[in-house]
Amino acid sequence: MAEMLEKEASAGDGRGLPTPDNAPVLVVDGLVVEHRNRTTGEVFRAVDGVSLRIAAGESAAVVGESGSGKTTLAMAATGLGPRGEGDVRLLGHSLATLGRRRLRALRREVQIVFQDPHGSLDSRQSVRSGLKELRGLQRERTSWIDDAGLLERVRLSPDLLDRYPHQLSGGQAQRVCIARALLMRPRLIVADEPTSGLDVSVQADVLELLREVRETTGAALLMISHDLAVVRSVCDSVHVMQRGRVVESGPCETVFTDPADGYTRELLAAMPGARWRARR
Amino acid sequence: MSQIELEPLTQGDAPEARKGRRSRTSVFWLSVPLVVIAALVFILPITGLLPEGGQDLSNTRLPPAFLDGGTWAHPLGTDKRGQDILTQLVTSGRLTIMIGLVGALVAIGPGVLIGLVAGYFRGWADKVISILIDAQLALPFILIALAIISNRGSSLPILFLVLALTGWAACARVTRSTTMAIRERQFVLGLRAVGASEARIVFRHVLPNLAGTIVALGTLQVGTAILVESALSFLGLGVVPPKSSWGSMLASGQDELSQAWWIAFFPGLAITVLVLLVNLLGDALLTHHDPRKRRR
Amino acid sequence: MNAPSLNAALPDEPPDGPPKAQAAKKPPSMAAGRVRRVAARLGTLFASLFIALTMAFALGRLSGDPTANILGPTAPPDQREALRQQLGLDRPLLTQYFDYIKGVFTGDLGESLQFYQSNTTMIFDRVPYTLQLVAGGMAVAILIGVPLGVLAATREGTWWDRAASTVALLGQSVPVFWLGMMFVVLFAVKLGWLPAGQSGTPKHLILPALTMSLYPMAHIARLTRASMSEALGEPFIDSARARGISRARVVWRHAFKNALMPVLTIVVLQTGILLSGAVAIEYVYSWPGLGQLALQAVQFRDFPLVQAIVVFGAVVFVCLNLIVDVIHSVVDPRVR
Repeated sequence: MAEMLEKEASAGDGRGLPTPDNAPVLVVDGLVVEHRNRTTGEVFRAVDGVSLRIAAGESAAVVGESGSGKTTLAMAATGLGPRGEGDVRLLGHSLATLGRRRLRALRREVQIVFQDPHGSLDSRQSVRSGLKELRGLQRERTSWIDDAGLLERVRLSPDLLDRYPHQLSGGQAQRVCIARALLMRPRLIVADEPTSGLDVSVQADVLELLREVRETTGAALLMISHDLAVVRSVCDSVHVMQRGRVVESGPCETVFTDPADGYTRELLAAMPGARWRARR
Repeated sequence: MSQIELEPLTQGDAPEARKGRRSRTSVFWLSVPLVVIAALVFILPITGLLPEGGQDLSNTRLPPAFLDGGTWAHPLGTDKRGQDILTQLVTSGRLTIMIGLVGALVAIGPGVLIGLVAGYFRGWADKVISILIDAQLALPFILIALAIISNRGSSLPILFLVLALTGWAACARVTRSTTMAIRERQFVLGLRAVGASEARIVFRHVLPNLAGTIVALGTLQVGTAILVESALSFLGLGVVPPKSSWGSMLASGQDELSQAWWIAFFPGLAITVLVLLVNLLGDALLTHHDPRKRRR
Repeated sequence: MNAPSLNAALPDEPPDGPPKAQAAKKPPSMAAGRVRRVAARLGTLFASLFIALTMAFALGRLSGDPTANILGPTAPPDQREALRQQLGLDRPLLTQYFDYIKGVFTGDLGESLQFYQSNTTMIFDRVPYTLQLVAGGMAVAILIGVPLGVLAATREGTWWDRAASTVALLGQSVPVFWLGMMFVVLFAVKLGWLPAGQSGTPKHLILPALTMSLYPMAHIARLTRASMSEALGEPFIDSARARGISRARVVWRHAFKNALMPVLTIVVLQTGILLSGAVAIEYVYSWPGLGQLALQAVQFRDFPLVQAIVVFGAVVFVCLNLIVDVIHSVVDPRVR
């Protein structure tokens, strides 16, 4: 099964924008993003000189507490939020130099899974009509699997196809979101706090699903989280952010067992359950 | 799992669902009398049950049947030309309801479109539109009405123009703020991520999500339109003879107040009941579709 | 004439007032932020005024030849031409516009076609009457509307609340001028307690002011209820109660103080809307105010006078908005 999926995934690589071989999926170089308060004119630097790179198939995490600029970084890196200054290259293309049409084409290579699964589904659309719309946008790219098969991939019963978002549980809705991302066969999946809006009981299942998706499709994964245990169970490398800056990066194991930065140590100490959960 | 941020507990949605159901039933029960009124106004004239509508100079200013001197041939009495009030009420009701509906449409249509553009695309368009909305709301509506009518005279098209000009701004403002809230929802970002065009997002996703608000706004606007019409017609600036609406009936009753108060009483009562029902329905719809209010 | 704007249906959305929630977060730039905000607000208000003035001008000139309306369609062309010259309509549109704007800022609003008098003088002759009506109506509206709203909020969900809310909604659904007519029938014709129309004694003021008060009363009651129940739901109320402060004190000193701002805003803004209502109500009671003047102007197609009244109304409304802003920045510590 995994083999078959891998073949399907690679068949999609030739389409869309021409991509230099072996280019890293995402390169962020010296990114600075500022928010300006409209009424007072205050400037707040949300992302302050961040650099990172994610190779094809790699899974990286950005951790930090709320307000540390993680989400702003993810939005800028995918071309969905304010671009800011500095260079962002997706699949070898610099976002700053792309026109609107090519930017839109490039975005299809990147899919996002958000924190609030219900907020990321249009509440006026059933699961089926939502998928149908996606297929209408990208006929060839999405023809590799039918709706029932797609839902099966995310461990959902095809019975749910005719439900509306409010008729789905949080976990089910998040699986639908993952399925929608999967349908586009992205090269990079950005997961922004994918489990923190969910009940504890289903968090592990969704993480397991993300891990499996990454292994079977070969898509790279950028995970944004404040939860070190989540990160450790899914990602290879981690970048710790504090007040807009990356204070420490490295392979997960190294960072977690031997943190070099004081802030990382604080984060680790703040969660007594982290080690125990990761080992389980 | 351990968390740095405190995540909100998952709320049981049972009370929410119950409230939603309750507001849905109240919406249903409020629309029943409205449908009945509309049916009466449109069907009664066909049935032939109504008293003769023509002039009858031997029976002028007859009081309603339940007062001394009244007769059941004219249940609500007659006016100074002996015309039956009930018959007039029913036939004028058609024009009144029509003006209410069309008047709401002409205000809602442009209002929603303008608010949608401002709320979704923001930028300079939003700035310009916001100033226009403020300017519009800064002018008491009667002034606009007077300015137009003094120049163009009174007719139905002019009445609709007045209703559109005075109603769009409030609709645009509500649509704008609702659109801004919908725009910030994550599914819009998700749609951009799959390469959906802005037009598709606006018309296939934002607009359907606005539908509930638009219906509620439209309902309230019907009430507003009927009140504005009645006031203008009362002043002789809206519906003028030979056409007749409840507002213009009030105008003809004004001179008769001391002798035959019922000429003005019944059309006013009809307006009040209709507008109250419409407003109750609009409020219920608004509560039904505004999650912020539903939580209360 | 009452125009229940849609704001009426959304009582917890503060109307045109300044966006108070967007107060600066960081102390150092607060003063600068405040200056910016006030400047932006002033800019918007002046833009509003300017657009309103331009609209009044455009409605008067661009929608056809006023002389045809004034003299009737059968008037001979040379008569119309004479009137055009008299009104200055033969000059280029832009010149007319600049003269008009200049006139607005120097207080010269032209001359009436039917009274051969200065529009400005006539307007200010009528203002005191309308002002009496508005002030009286607003006083009644506050005296009844605020307690009604407080009553509903403190007994939320009870029969009291429902009754008060229904009365308030009724007040927004009834054509007030019709209610005025019925007051005349009842109190003047049937009971003979009060005069039916005209002005002069305080007795004459009672019915018109009562009629005038109805719509703002309903609005004030609804808004008071909404903002009071919001304030009563806030944590500081519970903590005040926990400290042993009596319920009445909590309601009046704490919750009411917090609910005061939106109510104050609506009171000032409703004063502007009352000017609209004045037209029909003054007509019902033959009250010699601004509304009657406006009606006479429209009936005679006296478009310079109509335009002058529109301009006056717009200026008044912008001034009221300014007052609201000032009150906000003085009373609300978050804006300060």
